[in-house]
Amino acid sequence: MDRFLETFLNPVVMAQYTPDIIAGIWVTLQIAAAVIVAGILAGLALACLRSYGVKTLNFFIICYADIFRALPPLVVILILYFGFPSIGIQLSGPMVLFLVLAATLAAFAEEIFWAGFSSVEKGQWEAGIATGLGFTRTLTYVALPQAVRLAIPPLVNRVLAITKMTALGSAIGVSEILSSATTAQSFSGSATPLTMSVAAYLVIFLPMVVFARWLESRTAWKKR
Amino acid sequence: MANRPMLEVVALEKRFGTTTVLKKIDLKVSQGELVFVIGPSGSGKSTMLRCCNRLEEPTSGDIIVNGRNIMAGTRRDLDRMRLQIGMVFQGFHLYPHMSVLKNVTLAQRKALKRSKAEADARAMDMLEQVGLAHKADAYPGELSGGQQQRVAIARSLALDPKVMLFDEPTSALDPELVGSVLKVMKDLKSKGMTMVVVSHEMGFARETADRVIFMDGGVVVEEGTPDELFGNPKADRTRAFLSRVSG
Repeated sequence: MDRFLETFLNPVVMAQYTPDIIAGIWVTLQIAAAVIVAGILAGLALACLRSYGVKTLNFFIICYADIFRALPPLVVILILYFGFPSIGIQLSGPMVLFLVLAATLAAFAEEIFWAGFSSVEKGQWEAGIATGLGFTRTLTYVALPQAVRLAIPPLVNRVLAITKMTALGSAIGVSEILSSATTAQSFSGSATPLTMSVAAYLVIFLPMVVFARWLESRTAWKKR
Repeated sequence: MANRPMLEVVALEKRFGTTTVLKKIDLKVSQGELVFVIGPSGSGKSTMLRCCNRLEEPTSGDIIVNGRNIMAGTRRDLDRMRLQIGMVFQGFHLYPHMSVLKNVTLAQRKALKRSKAEADARAMDMLEQVGLAHKADAYPGELSGGQQQRVAIARSLALDPKVMLFDEPTSALDPELVGSVLKVMKDLKSKGMTMVVVSHEMGFARETADRVIFMDGGVVVEEGTPDELFGNPKADRTRAFLSRVSG
């Protein structure tokens, strides 16, 4: 038991590396927030564009969504960070992490919103069009709110899955939580910083999971 | 009866692929007239109605509403013309995420650009007219089918349409709820609204329609007053159909 505590919950190590972990939390939070906002907005915009049914445009949207859903984000991160400087494009670690995760989330979000649009009844569109709203206003006021509600449960799960991938930043030296923890671990020779990272992730993501539950229960509409 | 045609369908044709659903349909509906369209399923009556506001795109022909051809002009012109053509669907199609009041004000605000106060007042008038002013704050999911359909009628009426199209407005309703919707339609007729009704409510047609049209196989087989058409149908196909639906 002592050995367990010594390894995973060493108070001296904890005290020493708490500032580093907190700094890591801050970095993770910033990147996660940026990824969520950019990824969801981009995905929503793509799904809206797709609903106009322009064939060539939709071809590119679908290609994008399929490719980014298929690729492991880590591979893209490594290519951008280590490969792109050779062709003269130098991006910082946090920027690479943000771009890749946002692009991945956008691809999934596009598909989720699109599924939402597809399950809005055809009659809803017809009612909007027949009352002179035209396509764009019917999209905005009638279809979009319904699609968004349908999209929230799967979207929330995807957002959680992708924001957790900020941990991939440790592969390119972004000083987010995991990276700070592994650095601390190699300096201290103790696994305690890793335990601290577990706590840090829980502090961030557990409230998000609870919020997700609340959001899901709130968005079912009033039934007779 | 005023004789100015409010809605005129000229040589309307509609093909889906190689099947011709409507074969050169002609129809004139005068101001204030209620034209009732009957026919077996697949006769093209709903398609004809849906072509009248171009929810269904006609293959050829003209649709003239209040003196203007909706087949000519831009998309914007079409959207503006659609404000003059009310449509009521079999499935109601109220917006489930909006209150009854919002359902009735949305197009008033966004398409007619009425102020909120003006749209709200107009909506309450219309809801009053269909007997549902007390449900303004309810959501569609909380209403019965008959109530939903009356809200849908109010939603159309609030835009001051020149003609109202009804696509089987009572077919999705429980029998005991049909009456309330038909009553609203009857009121509308007595206020002078021009109406085209696709329906199977023969009793309503006898009582309220100025003219009944029997369609089969994408053509108008026969038309006349309700007495003529129901009492003394001339075409064999009309007789066969009427005996089936009344039998």
